[in-house]
Order: sequence, then structure tokens, then C-alpha cells
Amino acid sequence: MADAAAALPADPAVALKRAQQGKSYWQRVWERLRDDKVTLAVIGVLVVLLAMVVFAPWFTVHDPYTGSALRRLKPIGTPGHWLGTDEVGRDLWSRMVYGGRLSLLAGVVPVFLALLIGGFLGVLAGFTGGLVNSAIMRLTDVLYAFPSILLAIAITGILGAGLQNTILALTISFIPPVIRISESVTTQVRHLDFVEAARASGARPLTIMRYHILNNVLGPILVYATSLISICIILAAGLSFLGLGVTPPSAEWGLMLNNLRQALWVSPFVAALPGVMIFITSMCFNLMSDGLRQAMDVRL
Amino acid sequence: MTEMVLAKQPVVSVEDLHVRFVMRDATVAAVNGVSFELEAGKVLGILGESGSGKSVTLRALMRLLPPVRTRIEGRIRVAGHEITAMDEAALREVRGTKVAMIFQEPMIALDPVFTIGMQIAETIVRHEGVSYAAANRRALQLLDMVQIPSAARRLKAYPHELSGGMRQRAMIALALSCRPSVLLADEPTTALDVTVQIQIILLLRQLQQELGMAVVFVTHDVGVVVEVADRIAVMYAGRFVEVGPTEAVIDSPAHPYTAGLLASTVLGSASGRRLETISGMPPDLRALPEGCSFAPRCRFSEDRCRAAMPAETTLTTERMTRCLRVAAREIDLAGPSLSQRKAFGP
Amino acid sequence: MWGYTLRRLLYAVPVLLGVSMLVFALIQLAPGDVVDILVPPEVPKEIADDLRRRFRLDEPVYIQYVAWLSRLLVGDFGISFFTNRPVAEELFGALGNTLVLALPAAVLGFLLGVLLGALAAYNHDTWLDKLFSATAIIGVSLPHYWVGIVLVAIFAVVLNMLPAQGMGFEGIPTSWEHVQHLILPVVTLSLIPMGVISRLVRANVLEILSQEFVGTLHAKGLMNRRVLYHTLKNAAPSALALMGLQFGYLLGGSILVETVFNWPGSGGLMNLAIFRRDVPVLSATIVVLATIFVVINILVDVLQALIDPRMRR
Repeated sequence: MADAAAALPADPAVALKRAQQGKSYWQRVWERLRDDKVTLAVIGVLVVLLAMVVFAPWFTVHDPYTGSALRRLKPIGTPGHWLGTDEVGRDLWSRMVYGGRLSLLAGVVPVFLALLIGGFLGVLAGFTGGLVNSAIMRLTDVLYAFPSILLAIAITGILGAGLQNTILALTISFIPPVIRISESVTTQVRHLDFVEAARASGARPLTIMRYHILNNVLGPILVYATSLISICIILAAGLSFLGLGVTPPSAEWGLMLNNLRQALWVSPFVAALPGVMIFITSMCFNLMSDGLRQAMDVRL
Repeated sequence: MTEMVLAKQPVVSVEDLHVRFVMRDATVAAVNGVSFELEAGKVLGILGESGSGKSVTLRALMRLLPPVRTRIEGRIRVAGHEITAMDEAALREVRGTKVAMIFQEPMIALDPVFTIGMQIAETIVRHEGVSYAAANRRALQLLDMVQIPSAARRLKAYPHELSGGMRQRAMIALALSCRPSVLLADEPTTALDVTVQIQIILLLRQLQQELGMAVVFVTHDVGVVVEVADRIAVMYAGRFVEVGPTEAVIDSPAHPYTAGLLASTVLGSASGRRLETISGMPPDLRALPEGCSFAPRCRFSEDRCRAAMPAETTLTTERMTRCLRVAAREIDLAGPSLSQRKAFGP
Repeated sequence: MWGYTLRRLLYAVPVLLGVSMLVFALIQLAPGDVVDILVPPEVPKEIADDLRRRFRLDEPVYIQYVAWLSRLLVGDFGISFFTNRPVAEELFGALGNTLVLALPAAVLGFLLGVLLGALAAYNHDTWLDKLFSATAIIGVSLPHYWVGIVLVAIFAVVLNMLPAQGMGFEGIPTSWEHVQHLILPVVTLSLIPMGVISRLVRANVLEILSQEFVGTLHAKGLMNRRVLYHTLKNAAPSALALMGLQFGYLLGGSILVETVFNWPGSGGLMNLAIFRRDVPVLSATIVVLATIFVVINILVDVLQALIDPRMRR
């Protein structure tokens, strides 16, 4: 409780603002990001992860799909298989690296698609207001009535498993929150003085939208979307874990977790390994999102 | 008996107050050696631009500044209490009882999710240990006192349900709830409509006289300070550059900055004249110049002005200014010709 | 206030109607119809078509929808294809089992979340803040189904202290043995709400502490604990909104954790229904869970408006 009376709007804030004038918004974002060691480190980890996944053959010795009944469920630290082997004797390290391909794909693509579709609809609703807004937002309310994972499970459950349906289901689950955020940000910006002024001076709607709204709206929506990636990675792997995502024998972290569950009683720590990858990746995306939010001074 | 003694002594006395904010990459020197005394029943108006340190001075009187990064030096006595030497618990006893504050924007200075009545009553309960029922009755009287119509209904209202003027009246009622002897007012009329401003000023003046309070009134508005203050202190870059009785300061400003402020304001007597501006910007409080802080903007400045901060010069028993050339009687801003007031840059 | 509540309730009607349409549409989208699922492919086409007529599957889609909806409205959820028992019976039993998990998990997660978040904000930029913020971000980054597996590996497989699977009792837990079955799944489920709530509360309290009215509270000489009360009351509406969402997720989204622990709850029921292609069970589960979710959100909205009068619009 040390700082109870803290942060009354005293004059130093004014002084600092004055000092910061003269630099563009993105310059300041970059400066703040440069000083944020955690975020930089996290972005580094994600880049390394991406490189490993894309150039998987360079980082692995064994084929991720061929196993041998002779070396099933070897423990961590086995010579030649430093992370051990899975229930059909496939090298776990290879499968973790290759598994990242589908896991990252299913974690990033739905968010990207939801960002495109939901962002467009949300900005449209926020900018036009009136009837269009009502139509879009009431439909969003209906989708919002489903907890997001329930919606994803219902869709894949009914349409069947597979990568495409997983991506489709997750995209649909993430569209409503993206619409809500983009609509509320756009509505706020629309009522700011400078936009009203542009409108009053007779600027055409599209011009206003492009120059004023998109500049001030895109940042917050992007920051929000990065925070969704972490959830999406967990959910995508979760669907595979339920058997509703990608299908065997594909290497994918959630599916590996599912397959290894039976081995829990034999080799509990090997069985838990794929989850570590899901955890690290989603943690990195969360930290990166926090860092971006701070650097871009976004409040959601 | 002691009250007799106290009444003669100043109820507020500040000696060489310094306030600095220590931040990660800079230290902001917001107040740099302010001293003044104020007797019971008197109103001191502190006049200055934003960033001059007037609000910080006011908040320092209650130590209402973020404790972690604020450094306060000097001596502050309010209603017989050594504010600078008190611990946090003792300070909480003084706040709200001996000294109270009203803020610039009552919309954000009142808690949005509590009723007006509750916010007044909880203060009374806290300090006087009475029941909430008794505190509510007092709150009702207080709302009557600040002339809020249908006060009983307003007690149950939330801040957002009142108009700006009503909110400020409620804020005043809240500040007066435990009969403070010192009232600190931080630009209480700035956020209000002009017509409402006058009502609030009249109300404050009336209550101040009825209750015999000492008031420190901070504003950037010359027109407002003239209405409320017995004495004026003009503040620039964390220092008082001129102090004196209201009439004297307005009629014959001694410091070039005061003269500039007045010349840039529409006052009743001067309307019809061309307004003037003070050229330049207020100084950077993170790196103040060696000499007189106003020298860079002052038309009369010379080399010696930039050498060291001018000391306080007593003009008459009640007037003080910090200007070398006024001290040496080289310039007289109070001269008969108005044109001489055009002391400032092109 | 009553007017606001009534409007909120009325607004739920079109939303729920939309929900039912969406679920019905999803079922229509599924490859093959009910008869294809029920009848082996070697059965002659005439018999299958006869069945289609008896199920009124030959009628237009909107008539089928109206018929389905009116059955739902009177509480007739149909008969399970697989067990031949009334869906309502199975569903409400499973929902009860889920509640046994979700309630303690919600209480644990929400309490810890508010505590950690408020403490972190009040100790802004100290090691305590960093520790609690790290805990929170780990909480939201953990795949909870994996945490379940790890907890089982540690406490059931290695230490052999707690049961790994199943519920082990019916209804409400009454003995320590029953509670033992609850510990691992409840802890697992409480992680996400803990992390999410504490992050929101921290950000909110920080924001509130920077507002001018907190200065007024100190200027009034109020005690720290009274100031804390003001702060928390201001933070409550948004925290409640998030708690409502999270409780909904605990009811509907616990399917992953229920699968890990073989818990006979609504999530487990839904998972089974998907693999058995048990359409009546699946559609009823989705509709009921969504309805509960909508009702929780209305409750939260009303609570919010009670605390913050500015929301009574």
C-alpha cells in the first residue's frame, strides 16, 4: 500500500509529454519496444521457433513418422533420442519440431482470418452506425451466446475432424470478439473531434475512413489479435487432443498429447512433453502481445 | 485560551518549500522555494500558468502527492500541525478535518459509483465517529448550505446525474463537512460555464466569510482571482515572483511577468485595449536556467538577470517581488502610461 | 432498475432464437441425415424412406425447425439415439456433475484472481507485482488439459496421493474421499479464470488508482481500507462481466478437462455424443449450455447496473 496517493495528475506528466513532442507515434513505439528486453527476448524465441519449424529437417536427425516397436517409450535422455520416443517408437524431438508446423498453422491462420473478416465487419459497423451496425452487432450477439470453445467443438464435432474444419471452426469462434473490439474502437474514434471536423468539412466517407480511422483503429485491433493467437494455439491443440482436429498419423502437439496419454502410467514425463511446447509458444505470444500493447499505448 | 493565541498566528505558514519529482530519466523541479503565511479568514490567490507549480504547491500543503517519487523539503504548518513532519496516520486525521480541498473537475473528483450523500456522510463518520443516520442528516444540512435545491433528493443522486455547477456545490459541501479551518481550492471554477463560475465564486466567498476559513485559491484566471483573493501570489517556474494585496498587484504590477499576465487578460477597466501575449514558452522544469527563470522571455533582461535568481525584494510591508531591476528601481511598471506596460517582445 | 432488467430479459429472446437457428443449421450441415446414422446402409431404401416420413424429414426445413423448436420449448429434448434414454435426463445429470466441478473452480479462481490482481496493482512495480503478474500470465498461457495430465502424472502416477480418473460418487461430495476426486480437476479448471481475472483486476485497479477521485478520498482523510473498498467497487463491474464469461466457459468449455479426468459432466457427454453421432444429445447440450451462458450474462449485466448506475441505459 506504499503508493496509495500515487499518480495524481501532477505537473511532471505535462513536462514529459512536452519532451516527447516532435517524435512520430511509431518512432516512440519503436523506442519503447527497444527498451523492453522481455518483449525483445520473446520475439527472439518466436523467431527461432518459427525457423526450427520451417526448416525442421535441419534441426532433426530422425524421421518423425517412422517408429520401431523395439524402442517404444524410451525415457528422456536416451542416447540418440534425447527426448525419448513415443508410444510407437518415433523420435519425440523430431515429432515436436515437425508438430510445430500444424500447431502454429492452426494457431495463427484462424486469428488472421478472423482479423480480416471480423475487423472488416467491425470497422464497417462502427463507421456506418445505424442499421448496418445493428444488423452486424445483433448477429455477433448470437455468436457470442456460445462460449468460444463450445462453438469450435460444436462445429468440428458436426462437420468432422481435420485441419480445414479446425481452422474454419476456430475462425468462426474468433470473429465475434474481433468484431466487438473493432466496432467499439471505431465508434470511439469516430466521435473524436478531428474526425467530426473532417466530416463537417465535407470529406468523403471513404477518405475519412482511410486516413483517420484506419490509422487509429488498426493498432488496437492488431494488439488484440496477437493476444488471441495464444488462445488459438491452446484451443487448436485442444481440438486435436479431443480427436476433433488434425488426424493421425500427423505430428501435432495436441494430437501427440492425446496419443501419449495412454503412456502416462509408463512414462509420465515423456507423455507431458508436447504440452511444454504448447505452453511455451502461447506464453511467448501472450508476452509479446503485452509488450506491443505497452509500446503502442493501447487500452482495451 | 489557546484559540486566542492561534487566531493571531497564521493558520498556514510555508517556509522555503521545495517539491521535486524524481523520475527514472529526469528530475522535475516543480516548486523551488516558496514561502508564505496566511491568517484565518483571509484568501490567498495563487496565480500562474499551467506548469508553474501552483497545483503542486497546493497539494503539498496536504502532502497529497505520490509519496514514492515526490521529494518535499521545507516546512509546512497548517492549523497548528507540522505537515512535513507527520506520519501517514496522523496526516489522515488532519486531512478533511483541519484542511480540505476542492478540485478542478468535480465529475472526475467524485467517485462515480457512490451517491453524493454517501461520499459526504462517510467523511463525517470517519472523522467524528457518528452513525450513518446522523451523518446523513448533516450531509442534508450541508447541501442546503451550499444552496443545492431539493437537497434531500440530491443526496441519493450519483455524480453523473447532477449538472456541473451542482457537482461543484456538492464538492464544496463535501470539503466543508468537518468544518475545516483551511480550504484549498484547485481551480474550482475552470471547468464550469461562465455564469455558473460566478455563482460558485460568490458562494465560496460567502461561506469563507461566514465560517471564517483561510482559503488558498489556485487559478490561472486573473478575473477569478480578483473576485476572491485578499492577496495575490504570482507564480512562475515554481517560485512566487510577486506577492501583494490584490488591488495593489492589479493596479501596479511590480514584476514584468505579472504585468504581462495582466496585459494578456481582459479586465473590466481595460476592455477595448489590444490584448498582448507573452512571447516564448514556460521553462523546462527538468533543467531550469541559472538565473531568473523569466529572463529568457523578459524584455528587460540583462546579463546579471541570467547570472543568479533574484532574491525577494520587499517593496512595502505587504509587497514582495523577485526582480533585480525593480529592486534597483530601474523599471517602474506601475507608471501612469499604459503603453509602458507593453513590456514584452514583439 | 426494473425497467433495465426487463429490457435485458426481452433482448435475450431474439438472441436465443438466433442460437436455436444456428444450432439447427449446424445439424442440417452435417453430412447425412438422422436416418443415415440410425439405419445400417444395407437396409432397403424403401424402409429408410419410410422412416424419413415418420421422422417428418421429408418436410421443408423451416417446418422441421419450428417443430424442433416447439419441442425444445416445452422441455422435450427427445430420446438419445445411443442409450434410448430421454436426453433431458442424461443432460441434467451431466450438468449437475459439471456444476460440482465448476462451482468450486470458479470460487477458487475468482478469489485468487481478485486477490493477486489487487495486490499486484497496489504494489505496482515491486517484486510482488512482478511475481503475481508472472503467475497470472502463466495461468492464461497454460493449456489447461495439459496441466491436468501433468497433475495426474505427479499426484497420481508418481506420488500416488490422489485419484487420477472419474468422479467416484454421485451428487454432492460428502466425504474426504469424494473431495479427493475433486482436487485435481478443480485446481486445473481454476487456472484460467485465476489468470484472466487477476490480469483484468490489476489493470483496472491501476487505472482507478490514477483517477482524480482517489485523490479526493485521500484528501478526505479516509483510511486505506475504505479507499480500497472504493477502488474495488469501481473495479467490480468489469470484473463481474469477465467472471460471468469465465463461469460460462467453465460450464461449456470444461469438455477438455472433463475428458482428461473422465468426468461424467456435460463436456464429457458432448464429447461422447459427437463420437456416437448422437444428434439429439449433441444439439440439446449445445442449446442448453448456450442458454445458460446467455442467462448468466443477463445476471451479470443486472449486477453491473446495480453497482454502477451509469450502466442503466
